[in-house]
Order: sequence, then C-alpha cells, then structure tokens
Amino acid sequence: MADSGTERIRSMFAAAAEQGRAALLPFMTAGIPDPESSLAMFQAMTAADGFEVGIPYADPLMDGPVIASAGRRAIDLGMTIDAGLELVHQVAATTGKPVIVMTYANPVLQYGIDRFVDAIAAGGAVGMIIADLPVEEAAPFLEGGRRRDVGMALFVAPTTTDERLERIVAAQPAFLYGVARLGVTGEQSELAATASELAQRVRAVTDLPLVLGVGISTPYQAVEAGAVADGVIVGSALVRRVLEAEDAEQAAEALGAAVDELAAAMRGSES
Amino acid sequence: MTPDERGRFGEYGGRFAPETLLSALDELEAAFAEAWEDDAFRAELDALLATYVGRPTPVYHATRLSEQLGVDLWLKREDLAHTGAHKINNTVGQALLTRRMGKPRVIAETGAGQHGVATATASALLGLDCVVYMGAKDMERQALNVYRMELLGAEVVPVDVGAATLKEAVSEALRDWVASVDSTHYIIGSVVGPHPFPWMVREFQRVIGEEMRTQLKRPDVVVACVGGGSNSIGAFSAYIGDPDVRLVGVEAGGYGIATGKHGASLSAGSPGVLHGSYTYLLQDEGGQILEAHSVSAGLDYPGVGPEHAFLRDAGVVDYESVTDEQAIAALHLLSRTEGIIPALEPAHALAWVVDNADALRGKTIAMVLSGRGDKDVQEVAGRDG
Repeated sequence: MADSGTERIRSMFAAAAEQGRAALLPFMTAGIPDPESSLAMFQAMTAADGFEVGIPYADPLMDGPVIASAGRRAIDLGMTIDAGLELVHQVAATTGKPVIVMTYANPVLQYGIDRFVDAIAAGGAVGMIIADLPVEEAAPFLEGGRRRDVGMALFVAPTTTDERLERIVAAQPAFLYGVARLGVTGEQSELAATASELAQRVRAVTDLPLVLGVGISTPYQAVEAGAVADGVIVGSALVRRVLEAEDAEQAAEALGAAVDELAAAMRGSES
Repeated sequence: MTPDERGRFGEYGGRFAPETLLSALDELEAAFAEAWEDDAFRAELDALLATYVGRPTPVYHATRLSEQLGVDLWLKREDLAHTGAHKINNTVGQALLTRRMGKPRVIAETGAGQHGVATATASALLGLDCVVYMGAKDMERQALNVYRMELLGAEVVPVDVGAATLKEAVSEALRDWVASVDSTHYIIGSVVGPHPFPWMVREFQRVIGEEMRTQLKRPDVVVACVGGGSNSIGAFSAYIGDPDVRLVGVEAGGYGIATGKHGASLSAGSPGVLHGSYTYLLQDEGGQILEAHSVSAGLDYPGVGPEHAFLRDAGVVDYESVTDEQAIAALHLLSRTEGIIPALEPAHALAWVVDNADALRGKTIAMVLSGRGDKDVQEVAGRDG
C-alpha cells in the first residue's frame, strides 16, 4: 500500500529540507484557462514540489480579485466539483507529486464531508485546505480527514492570539497554513514582517509543518518566506499569468517559467 | 434565545470565516457582552435612541385600510425613525461599541442603501471614518441614497462583480475587514454573518418588539418582511413563546417561487454556509450560491439570518412569500388609503396581509413598517411608466 497522505506531506517537506530549502507549492485554480487545458497547467509547473489545486467557489471570502475571477471563469466554463476531483486525480497520477485540495466549506458540506474526503483520497490527494474553516468548525472535517488519512490543514494568522494558536495546535491538523499578511490573496511587493513573526510564534509551540501563503508572489518573497517555513504557497501571481495568456500553450509556458524562477531562487538561497 | 458557546441557534449559525477574523470576532463578542451588561453603555444608547433616533416610534392604527381589508391593522412606524428605517437602531449601537473598542474606522455593506445611510449617519454622529460597499447595480437603482451617504461624509465603494448586489457587497466588506481588522469594525446590517453578529444585531433590534408590547395589546398576528431578517427578528423576539400570537415572516417571492428568480431562502432554499454562518440559502447542487432576485434591493439576498433558520425548523414562525408585483400593489394601496408610502421591503409584509385578508378577517394584526418608500419612488415610477 502507498504511503498515507500525512506521511507523504511530511516526506515532501523533509526532501526539500535536505536540500536546505522550503518546499514550493504553487496554487492553481482547477478549470483555467479552460477545463480541458487545466491539467496541462499543472504539468507545466515541473519545478514544483507539490500542488495546491483550487476547486472553484464563486464567493471566495479569502481570495482577492485574481483568484476570485479565476474561480468564476472556471465555473462559467462548466467546472464542477466532480470535474475538479477528476482533475485532482489526473494531476496526482500524471505528475506523481503530492496534491493538496483547496476549497471553501459550502461546496464540501453540500457534497458531504465524508464523500468529499473519500473522493479526494481515492484520487490520490494527500491533503486539504478549507479557507473559511476556523478550528471552531473544523472537527468534522478533521475527523473525516483522519479516517482516510488525508492531511487537513488549519490556518494561523498574524491576528491569531496565543490562546487560539494553542487551540489550533491541540486540534492536531496535519500541517499549518500561515497567513503571511493581513488580507486576502493577492500580489505584494514585499513579504510582510508579520510573516516571520508569525513563523517564530508557531515554531515556539509546535513541530507541525508550516506553510506560508497569501501575498507571496516574487522569488524574493518566496526565498524570505522559505527561510522561516517548511513550505511556500504562491497563488495569485501564477493564476494571473494563466488568465492573461492568449492561449493555453502560452499560459503553460509562462507558468513553467515563473515556477522555474521561484524554484531556482529558493534553491539558490542556501548556496 | 441566546446562541450556544459556538454561536449556534440549534444547528444554525457558527463562525465559518477566515482565521484572520476570528480574534476580532472573539474580541467583538466579549466587548458586546460586556457593554450590554453595562448600565452606562445602555443609558448612552437609550438616550441616543430617544433624542437622536426618535424612539419610541409610534404604533399607528391603519383605520381606512383596516376597513377595506376587514382586519384590525396596526403599523409599527419604523419608517419614522431617523434616516427612515429600523437600520439606525443597530448602527447607533454598533457605532457606540466601535468607539468603546477604540477603533477609528467602520465599514458596512448596503443593498437598498438604508443600512449604508444609517451607518454613515452613526459614523458622522460619533466621528468615525466610514466606508460603505454597495453593488454597482444597487447604486444605480438607489442613486439618491448613494448621495445621502456621501453628504454624510462616507465613501461609497462600488462592487462590480457577479450580480453586483447585496451578496457581493457583503463579500467585499468582509474582504476589506480581513485586511483592516486591526483598526476597523464591520457594522453588518442584518442578523447575518458569523457569530456574534446575528445575536448582537438582534439585541440592538429587540427594541422594536419591546416597544410594540407596551404600545399595543396582544395582537393575533405579528407580520414583518424577511431579507436578512433584522426588523422581523427584532419584532418577533418580544412575542416568541406566546402561543396566542402567530408570527409570520414574509420573504421576497420575486417573479414567483416557481421561476427560481426570488429571494426566498427559507421558503425555497436549503441549509449551507454563506457569509460566515450555517443557514438556509439559495444554492445549486454543487454548493455554489445562486443569485437572488427581488424588486426590493433590501430583500435581494440569497441567505437569511441563522436564528430564522432555527425558528423555521422549530415551527415557531411561518415563513411565506409574495411576488414583486404583489409588493408593488401593496405600496400603492398603503400610499392611497393611509397617506404612507412604504419601502418596498415592508410592502411585502403588507402584500401578505392583503393576500390573506379573508383568512385574517377580524384579527388584530401588528405589522412592522420597517422603512419609508422615498428611496423606491423612482423604481416604482419606472415600472408604472
């Protein structure tokens, strides 16, 4: 039997750490630039260590204009949860890399938590991230994840109090998703100072893997975030390249180049 | 009822919100709970409600209309409150709380513009910076209210995504809040959103029902419109538990429930998560939120407050709906028979009374006239022309 989801998440971080760097986890909305070309986008990001596949939701409170409009475009082009889950399966099967599913609470609740977890586990996904799910509401999702050994993430933010941080760690998520800056997803020129402060606070209380995301778009920021975290998520900057490209081929090319650049910077930072 | 420690009314409510906001929600819950028990806070609020808002608002016996319909109809005149709707009860309360929490800036969403105007008003009153998010489509149909907010010193930010109405405005306000939570309080306009909002906003609107109880002998029926549901819950809360009073909430039937173009989440929706709470909403099988439709911008919302969801399932309140056309006819009727032009939102409640006049014959009916109709005159004139 293959390794479990949480083990595969840990070994992804461990493999990157052996090379003296953090893991690079690009986020990409499922179904852009169109549902047929979506798989090619993931396959183009050859320098990635794993992927965050976004199942589109039309009212994404945690996302800025770029990812929000990508989600609406995918839905308008006919992207459904089932099609998203099929894509997860294809990405996992054809790239062999760990795939983490990201979405919002309502699509999962309507699909059924257990049914959703079963589907992503069967598709080969190793983890899931629900953007609007604080620890208070997470219990049934954490349980569902444990049952099929899909690693469920919980968020920590610069505004998270010490008391909340304790509670979040005590809920035993598979890993922590640190919100690098106050705000929704989007591109920023500098990594917020809040990101390293948050990472230090997390490190002080737990050994759980920590990824940083939200507002990380440039190689420089990725290096800075990678210096204090186990993994780095880059989303809007990559999604924007796909949305702006003239066709799928150009999108894949631009995406591959952008991820190469991010990866090269993160690899080079320790040498 | 008071929600449980997870902010749930039965299974409804809760806090489905990005972690970034959770500390602010904790802080808000504690600050409100403390303020609500503080006599000095209550005295300051009561004084403002009396001298600034104009409370208690009267209860008026609609004599001519009662005769015409064969019922005994009483109107709770929230349209006579400062700024012309019940929304001010909540915004003055939350603005006072904002000052108490030491935050200099507030944001709000608005549909019809009434809540935006009420928030801009309370912000001017207390010297707070104010930004109001409003759907671009709503800004068009409520241009007068946009200008009123600007006169009051608020910045109105158009939201031009999706249907460009109330749902998108709430989402955009929440996004602003995720980025500005350190310095900003979000004055949500109805009994929706993550805990503690549904509970807190209801407490600020309870004054409607409490006054009704002292002003009016026990009615057979209390009826109010339900969009997010703040004026109705404010009125109902004083009568819940009284088996002799029938409570009726009237939702926006739009073009008719069967057409799918309506705002009747309780009558025709299903439970799910929208804007931070688990409640009834309009959605497709995949959990994507559907566009609501109503002639009334204030009822043009695909969700509803979680306490209403609980009251619906418990059978405590009957939720009904009327169409756009019925509501417009009711607006005309009240204007001509009583000399009161109601907002399109409470015109829905009146339309239900009209529609059920035979069954209600001889009954005493207390209806919340939640706002005045000036803002809707242009919309109605456009349809009649």
